[in-house]
Amino acid sequence: MSYELLRDFADSWGLAMMVVLFLAFGGWAFRPGSRQISNDAAHMIFKDDDNG
Amino acid sequence: MAFKALDHGKLERNVGLLGLLALIAVMIGGLVEIAPLFWIDSTVEKVKGVRPYTPLELAGRNIYIREGCYVCHSQMIRPFRDEVERYGHYSLAAESMYDHPFQWGSKRTGPDLSRVGGRYSDQWHREHLKDPRSVVPESIMPPYAFLAEHDLKPGDMAAHLTALRDVGVPYTKKDIERANADLAAQADPDADAADLAKRYPKAQIRDYDGDPARLTEMDALIAYLQMLGTLVDFKAAEAQEQPK
Amino acid sequence: MEEVILRGGAWYLAAFIAFLAAAFGVDTGFSVHMSIMCVAALIAAFASNAGFDYRLGHFVQPKGAASRYDDDLVRLGVIATLFWGMAGFLAGLYIALQLAFPALNLGLEYTTFGRLRPLHTSAVIFAFGGNALIATSFYVVQRTCRARLAFPALARFVFWGYQLFIVLAATGYLMGITEGREYAEPEWYVDLWLTVVWVAYLAVFVGTIVKRSEPHIYVANWFYLSFIITVAMLHLVNNLTVPVSFLGSKSYSAFAGVQDALTQWWYGHNAVGFFLTAGFLAMMYYFVPKQAERPVYSYRLSIIHFWSLIFLYIWAGPHHLHYTALPDWAQTLGMVFSVMLWMPSWGGMINGLMTLNGAWDKIRIDPIIRMMVMALAFYGMSTFEGPMMSIKAVNSLSHYTDWTIGHVHSGALGWNGMITFASLYYLVPRLWGRPRLYSLRMVNWHFWLSTIGIVLYASSMWVAGIMQGLMWREYGADGYLVYSFAETVAAMHPMYLIRATGGLLYLSGAIIMVYNVWQTIAGNIRTERSMTETPYDPEADRPLVAVPAE
Repeated sequence: MSYELLRDFADSWGLAMMVVLFLAFGGWAFRPGSRQISNDAAHMIFKDDDNG
Repeated sequence: MAFKALDHGKLERNVGLLGLLALIAVMIGGLVEIAPLFWIDSTVEKVKGVRPYTPLELAGRNIYIREGCYVCHSQMIRPFRDEVERYGHYSLAAESMYDHPFQWGSKRTGPDLSRVGGRYSDQWHREHLKDPRSVVPESIMPPYAFLAEHDLKPGDMAAHLTALRDVGVPYTKKDIERANADLAAQADPDADAADLAKRYPKAQIRDYDGDPARLTEMDALIAYLQMLGTLVDFKAAEAQEQPK
Repeated sequence: MEEVILRGGAWYLAAFIAFLAAAFGVDTGFSVHMSIMCVAALIAAFASNAGFDYRLGHFVQPKGAASRYDDDLVRLGVIATLFWGMAGFLAGLYIALQLAFPALNLGLEYTTFGRLRPLHTSAVIFAFGGNALIATSFYVVQRTCRARLAFPALARFVFWGYQLFIVLAATGYLMGITEGREYAEPEWYVDLWLTVVWVAYLAVFVGTIVKRSEPHIYVANWFYLSFIITVAMLHLVNNLTVPVSFLGSKSYSAFAGVQDALTQWWYGHNAVGFFLTAGFLAMMYYFVPKQAERPVYSYRLSIIHFWSLIFLYIWAGPHHLHYTALPDWAQTLGMVFSVMLWMPSWGGMINGLMTLNGAWDKIRIDPIIRMMVMALAFYGMSTFEGPMMSIKAVNSLSHYTDWTIGHVHSGALGWNGMITFASLYYLVPRLWGRPRLYSLRMVNWHFWLSTIGIVLYASSMWVAGIMQGLMWREYGADGYLVYSFAETVAAMHPMYLIRATGGLLYLSGAIIMVYNVWQTIAGNIRTERSMTETPYDPEADRPLVAVPAE
């Protein structure tokens, strides 16, 4: 494997893969079904009052 | 179902999976950037003249590290006109190929030292290290007079060279056997150092601290400073770079 | 594991081995360190035999602060954080003054800038920051998991073992024992010790999460977890060395030159990224919502924040090596990822700030919230400045200058310092069962002294850095460099004075905090005017008149 080969891969498939992954992660976190779970999680720290 | 494994709840409720994915996420960048440096040949192009440190230079380098010189002095000249004019030819990767650890530095509270060798006399270095402001009034460097008072206690230099050989510095068997003798010989103008000079080309053999009777930490540090950047002959390279 | 720690015999054995190592050490520094370890092991042996080893925390356990959680270590950690913070700030002020007045190096080998500077950086990053992280992580993980700490004896070992690491590192620097790699200076045996402590830390943290009674793992714990795991990885790889002797302090790095440089800055940058960012973001994700009494602005944004931050940060290391002998492709990768890093950083900042959405008046009435907001503002500022400085054209000017120092400190003093202070102010009354802090007005003073201190620090270092960079590269009409290096050093003097003044203000604020916390722990409450008073306005005080609909 040479530097050029790696560079070529990074410029094309590597980049595309990262974009797809990013969009997938973003879409996954913000998918409508997660709203309730996220809300529960965010409020979880207020549930009991033992010193925090 | 594979999709089920990626379920929101699963990931956020399984600390093992969370930790594993986090580890993978943080490993990728390091692997892609660091690993190729070890097997792409052009990373460190061979340059004529670069050799391992002599035992005395190495002892000096260890004092340089011990005193934290790297927090104020860089050893990496960038390829800019002003830096090349101020400090000399920009640094090559090969010039630090035997540096365990590297001492490129990150801050220039004082000037770059990668080519300080031969720029000043030994006496200047002595005065400067003992009382920096006696030769550079603007200097804010700490005084290092104690170096001249401490005898150099190199310990078993053969062990040092062996450790370095283990991490890839090409010291020969003879270098290692004669490590402590070489160290003493380099700072002793009366010693027979022909063999040392042959094994370490361009090694400078003389008393550095102005007191030939003693071998001090000052000797070692100045020996190191005086060899910095002197191994590669850039004049010779320049001639070859000229168009015919 | 539990029994091993509790059993004194193992400690006596360790003490004996350390004693032998001290006796046969090939250099003085190593012998001194082994003696310290020997003493530490004897103390541990005595403590475990006497049976009060992990009860030690009860000495700071006040009556009336009983909790179903295991908070002794958190209390100790709060005190340790303040103690090491003072030491680190003081060392910082002293070396800042050394740069302005070199006579302060005192001509002693132990007090030169070169040896004190690692002492300062390690004291603030690893001792102050590290203790804050360990203490808050133990607090947060118990609350968010609704479970007591797993392996309580091991947790004690983590805390005290970490203090021993700090003592070994600090005394080592003074004696000149160093690997010569920034922020990773401790030598091989201290590194090994830290590795043991860190693995124990991971075990306690993960163990607590495993036995949680809350189904969800709160996002703060993700950040803590990634901080612990990544620091372990960085520490192990960057400290691969070959000791010259197993009875001596000196070792040689496994890598050389270019490879060593990139490994070191991969470590160095991610010490910032995971120690000083991910870990402190965990504090932010718990203490800001708690103090504001509102849930985090967008939990889903925090998920994106987490994954993109940890993935991108690792790549940014090469920006410390622009225009060096590091191959160009690595420099470019480092630059691109550093610029991309701006996005998750600001995502996190916005998420923290917007948590106050609908409760912005708290900034006016609650100085702790004000501190948190200022911390986030500085986080935003330095995570904008960082990507900017990693652009090669900017870096060619800023690198090697005091601009870098200013950048680091706007992050460290502004972000890490302020969020730590705010979290400690949140914790202290709760941990010691006090109705409130001794004085809120003192918090206000602390806030302003710190803020003004940071502003002086950062602005003087901007000026110093840019001036330095420009002077180094200035050419006269004759085609020669205008300034000698010594002239650029002399030009820094006024800036160094302003910087030291900023540091003094910051230290003064911290001293006020120590007094305030001390009094709070002692159970005192200062009678003082409340922070804000809304004066009576007769004009405004009249009944609403209903206006009939037309």
